[in-house]
Amino acid sequence: MIAYLCRRLFQSLLILLGISIITFALLYLLPADPVRQIAGRSATPATVESIRRQLGLDQPFLVQYGRYLWNLVQGDLGRSYIQRSEVSELIVARLPATLLLMVGAIVCELLIGLTMGLLAAVRRGSATDQSLMVASFVGVSAPQFVVGLLLLYVFAVRLNWFPIGGYGTFSHLILPSLTVGILGAGWYARMMRSSMIDVLRQDYIRTARAKGLARATVLIRHALPNAILPIVAMIGIDVGILMGGIVVVESVFGWPGIGQLVWQAIQRVDIPIIMGVTLVSAFAIVLGNLLADIVAPFIDPRIKLR
Amino acid sequence: MSIPASPDLPARPNVSARPKRGVLQKLARRPLAVIGLAVVAIVVLGALLAPWLTNFDPDQQMFDGLTLTGEPLPPNATFWLGTDLLGRDLLTRILYGARTSLIIGIVANGIALIIGTLVGVTAGYFRGWVGSILMRFTDLMMAFPALLLAICLAAVFQPSLWIVALVIALVNWVQTARVTYTQTSSLAEREFIDAERTIGASSARILFRHILPHLVPTIIVWGTLGISTTVLLEATLSYLGIGVQPPTPSWGNIIFENQTYFQAAPWLVFFPGAAILALALAFNLIGDALRDILDPTQRGRT
Repeated sequence: MIAYLCRRLFQSLLILLGISIITFALLYLLPADPVRQIAGRSATPATVESIRRQLGLDQPFLVQYGRYLWNLVQGDLGRSYIQRSEVSELIVARLPATLLLMVGAIVCELLIGLTMGLLAAVRRGSATDQSLMVASFVGVSAPQFVVGLLLLYVFAVRLNWFPIGGYGTFSHLILPSLTVGILGAGWYARMMRSSMIDVLRQDYIRTARAKGLARATVLIRHALPNAILPIVAMIGIDVGILMGGIVVVESVFGWPGIGQLVWQAIQRVDIPIIMGVTLVSAFAIVLGNLLADIVAPFIDPRIKLR
Repeated sequence: MSIPASPDLPARPNVSARPKRGVLQKLARRPLAVIGLAVVAIVVLGALLAPWLTNFDPDQQMFDGLTLTGEPLPPNATFWLGTDLLGRDLLTRILYGARTSLIIGIVANGIALIIGTLVGVTAGYFRGWVGSILMRFTDLMMAFPALLLAICLAAVFQPSLWIVALVIALVNWVQTARVTYTQTSSLAEREFIDAERTIGASSARILFRHILPHLVPTIIVWGTLGISTTVLLEATLSYLGIGVQPPTPSWGNIIFENQTYFQAAPWLVFFPGAAILALALAFNLIGDALRDILDPTQRGRT
């Protein structure tokens, strides 16, 4: 167990190192010269040169990367070009809102997805099954900004049930969570369906039925827990897809999280912010995968650590 | 003297043509796949025939395309889907926007498939340090959130149609690489490949004659599903303002341009939105049916 943990941790660290190399290479290859942006248009070549030396941008690739990595390890993601503040501070200030939205989205996708998958598996081959599977495809194929704008139009503008955007109360959370959740719900519905169908084929389910248990008891007590297990492990892996949705949905609903930060940075071509959020998300994904691997054997004893 | 062909021997089946016809016939028996094919056909025809299907120019700002107070018109007899904020015909822009979606869908996805297959096959066949470096790099790419990486790349380069296609390809090859890697590495251990090596076949011959043909079904399935992902990613990037740049119409940037007005003119968001959904859904339905037909191990599972 300990050896496995150490190896997984080491692998994760290697992946993080690789991620930092790629993001740095992107910054390094950047056609837009940050020095020009800082110095302004009217700067003389001498000024530009001195700023370049001050920032250390005249040094070779590896030296620059070494310093970049050293800063990263200390939690320094660089400074925003435009907002004149530390990227890490901007991100930390907005992280709680994003985490809240993430939790809301996970709750939505699990509630909708697992229910759909369960119903489809129980009614396998019926019209209900087929329409649920088509619905799951619609969920997976729907662009999230359109879903967001549609929900906003119907439930906020027309029906007035929810606020038109913003942040603060529970009712602000519903529409954005639902929007992010619909995509994942489509995936979970399909996974839940096939997992449930596999479980329902098992001998112990036949035994449970044969000894005269009610259909509902067999489903809920015997089949459901085992069908859900492989899916719970997916939540950790899901972080990447969630992050993509969050950038879009936060900009649709004006949700003050790191997604909106990215959206604002896009408008102002503020690369350090975009890079910073990408790094933080990649970190979250690596962490999510690690947690999923570590937690899996605890929820499902059949999984052996290798 | 040559041996006369025996009439008792069955004719050698035409390997390349037979399964293809079978696949099309099987597709035609699935209502969902047929709907998907029909939607794709409509979009392709709409994109190709755009100049003949509409009397307007996609960039033409019409005086009578706005109300007296300068608001866009709702759908009516002249402008079937209404007009946008600048008084341009929405239907025309959607038809021309289909070109953008299809070009990006095919080009970006084609590049992604080529990169993915190259990486997957090389890593799966040659293994060793080349294989492990390639697959570690693939794992690394999987740790990046696709949309954010695409945003980084698109922000770094000046976005144009081709850059957007390239950016999407650079993010989307990863799944193909993983799938083809798994298949190639299991194929490479099979006896018929060993036999080929024993009779002195070159690596190139083994790869092109024996490994790639086995991968074709996988590539077709992932290629079809990939178009859906690509179309959605292009729409999202354009919606965020870093995809295809106006005035070139794209379904995503039509929504980007008009969203400030969507409470008063929701059709400006929902018609292009419906187009994106329909095309992405169509490719997902076809891809799913193809997976059922071409991949027996997955049959009846998802």
